[in-house]
Amino acid sequence: MRKKVYMTAGYNTISLGTGRKEFNPKKPRPGIEDYLKEAGQGVLKQIKGGADSVDESIMGNFMAARFNKQANLPGFFPMIDKGLEYKPATSVEGACGSGGLSLMGGIRSVLGETADVVLSMGVEVQNTVKAIYGADILAGAGWYKERKQGHAYFFPGQFSDRAGAYYEKYDRDKARKGMAQWYANAIENARLDPTAQEFHNTHPDPYAQSLKMEPNGKIFVDHLNFMDCSKVSDGSSGIIIASEEGLEKIGVAKKDAVEVIAFTQTIRNITEQPADRTELTAIKKAIEKALANAGITVEQVGTIELHDCFSIAGILTVEALGLAKPGEGCDYVADGKTKRDGEMPINTTGGLVGWGHPTGATGVHQAVTIWQQLTGKAGDSQIEMKADSPYGMTINMGGDDVTVVCVIYKQG
Amino acid sequence: MNYEERLQNVTVLGAAGKMGSGILLLTAVEMTNLSLKPENKGKTFVLNAMDLSDEGLHGLMKYVKSQVLKIAEKQTVWLRSVYADRADLIENGEIIEQYIFDVLNMIRPTTAMEVAYRSNLVFEAVSENPDLKVKILSQIDTNNPNKPWFFTNTSSVPINLIEEGAKLDGRVLGFHFYNPPAIQKLVELITTSSTLPEMKEFALTYAKGLKKVVVPSNDIAGFIGNGHFMRDGLHGLSEATNLSVKYTFPEAVYMVNKVSQDFLVRPMGIFQLMDYVGIDVMQFIMKVMNPYMENENLHSDIIDQFIELGINGGQMSSGAQKDGFLKYEKGRPVAAFDPSSKEYVSFETFAEKCDAQIGALPEGAIPWKKTVRLKNKEEVFGKFFGKMKSMDTLGAQIATKYGSRSNEIGNALITDGVAANKEDVNTVMLTGFFHAYGPINNFFN
Repeated sequence: MRKKVYMTAGYNTISLGTGRKEFNPKKPRPGIEDYLKEAGQGVLKQIKGGADSVDESIMGNFMAARFNKQANLPGFFPMIDKGLEYKPATSVEGACGSGGLSLMGGIRSVLGETADVVLSMGVEVQNTVKAIYGADILAGAGWYKERKQGHAYFFPGQFSDRAGAYYEKYDRDKARKGMAQWYANAIENARLDPTAQEFHNTHPDPYAQSLKMEPNGKIFVDHLNFMDCSKVSDGSSGIIIASEEGLEKIGVAKKDAVEVIAFTQTIRNITEQPADRTELTAIKKAIEKALANAGITVEQVGTIELHDCFSIAGILTVEALGLAKPGEGCDYVADGKTKRDGEMPINTTGGLVGWGHPTGATGVHQAVTIWQQLTGKAGDSQIEMKADSPYGMTINMGGDDVTVVCVIYKQG
Repeated sequence: MNYEERLQNVTVLGAAGKMGSGILLLTAVEMTNLSLKPENKGKTFVLNAMDLSDEGLHGLMKYVKSQVLKIAEKQTVWLRSVYADRADLIENGEIIEQYIFDVLNMIRPTTAMEVAYRSNLVFEAVSENPDLKVKILSQIDTNNPNKPWFFTNTSSVPINLIEEGAKLDGRVLGFHFYNPPAIQKLVELITTSSTLPEMKEFALTYAKGLKKVVVPSNDIAGFIGNGHFMRDGLHGLSEATNLSVKYTFPEAVYMVNKVSQDFLVRPMGIFQLMDYVGIDVMQFIMKVMNPYMENENLHSDIIDQFIELGINGGQMSSGAQKDGFLKYEKGRPVAAFDPSSKEYVSFETFAEKCDAQIGALPEGAIPWKKTVRLKNKEEVFGKFFGKMKSMDTLGAQIATKYGSRSNEIGNALITDGVAANKEDVNTVMLTGFFHAYGPINNFFN
């Protein structure tokens, strides 16, 4: 990094969808503008000068054009605050990795010295259509020519194939146990964050609940049950990305910000199926590069927010991180090592399975969680950061290991 | 003629009615699914939706469309494989729309009965009038060269009466759906001594295609379902009459309704159920059944009195409950009718007093809704009703007597030869009436 870059003043709306008490599919719900207003204003309120201090803005969004019949999203920034009018703003898209691209765009603007303070946001409102039609829309994250051959639930189908390959290559029982534990951790963590979609979940034994439910290809997909999947979510997140001068301008002390130590992005060819479905190669490359750029090892990382759109993606990412050997990621999880008090606390507010997955907002939400954890602002979800592993990491993925952004952070 | 060929040209008579519309929907879906099989490519399937009401047919198509949408959305995984060779259909949304079109494209709404002259299979769901049924079926059979098979949805008219009257020679059987056919899993299958065996076999395959539970019933007016319900209803009316010596009629109705729901753990009280079916429908069915009953008079003066006053119950076309013995607000009973003052009397004015008279529920009571998934029903109900028998409150006494009567009615259906066995009687009441336990049990001896 040629210049110090910080993030601060994060804000998450709730992740609305099934599981939240407020959610009623038959009643009108907040629209995309309501989420943007809440998250955007939530960020601006935390900085001195509010919108006047912001030099430019960037928005991550995946498919508002179809979910909400809305494009041209930069136009919403002045709606959030009049102070953003006539200032630069852009929007970026990389499927569920859009939020990560939003962060990266903000970091680059600061590095490129076109801005000292950037408002980076992500948003997605997906409950506008039933899941069966939402699946069509989300399938846009894959290659359109493969849609016809794909599953009705396209992405669950893709990751079901990955799970199937994993079961075959290694051990199905072990894998299912790891996946059930993944779900249990997600619920346990989500119950500690009032904005999480599973915050109201009261099931007495989520582990047994998931382990008991056998995947059923007749109604869903062959190798995943519903608890192996993130849900349909509405939500928005925002965070400030700033230079040292920027931090001063907005009146935030360094200790209340995280410093971006490294960021990488990798892309895998969307027109090719993965060579080995038991590996996430783009994610692996992104992590390796980020760790190298930061000059640290994974053992120095104290907490990770990773992209568990499906439990199997979580386990494969654990392996890509080098925390476990191929085929042993499931054991690593089953042994409790990714729990909030485990060897490597992962997704401490529930991740995509537990907190929720408003697709275009997820990358930004991950950064907000890491900022909260590293600066002691995580409330009931707070974990204890250790001196020998002070770093945080986010891994955000678009499509099936296609557009990946990895960021490493440290308290400022 | 195999199963597919038989279903290539079908007519539903009375297709816009409450039962007919459900039968039409289920048949349209079954026929569409057949037509989409690779081996049936290029074959034409026709389903005539015949009804005398143009307005009804208009509403019918809307109903079918909305229902098929729901069905398609639930079966998209399968539909994608069905339309796998259609390169133009890529997204779930496109596939669902195509399926809806394929179902609707099979249906020919019409007011002309002549369409049935070319059908291989005719479903009859017209009103419960034996003479009308005979007349229509006879007319179609005379003009139809295909020797069509007739399925009648009658819930009360003996099939042999229709068979003889219309000279159908074993080509008619009773295929009695429960209301609403699209949701209720039960079908009573009634054959006569001369029903063609291949026709019965077809009926079973067809029922399986529709995912229905078939209970065979002998050809005795009312069959199993109405055989139990009519007598069960009459018992409720007689209990209310007994009580109305000491209480007002609305109070008596309230108490019997409450006891038959809460104490007997049923989905609704007996007066609410009679309103749901329709007081007029009950009167009509009993009239149809009564001539065939020996040593028994299926008749109620109270029902006649209500019909004379123009109070019929039943449902509006929206599915909302019409007022009958009880008055409804948002689907819940709130008042009971007093024939002497000809006014509904609000529950509020007497509920407290009546509830005190009935007394508390026995210990271990569970609401009906929670019994659906109960695993140890036998044990739970055994204990509950055992407690009830030992109590001397008015509610417990009425309920125990009611349970015994229901048991007696169930057993009589077997001795009268309507049902083959205890299981069939219980299946009809569990599946068709959503009772939590079968009427034939050992809880009330």
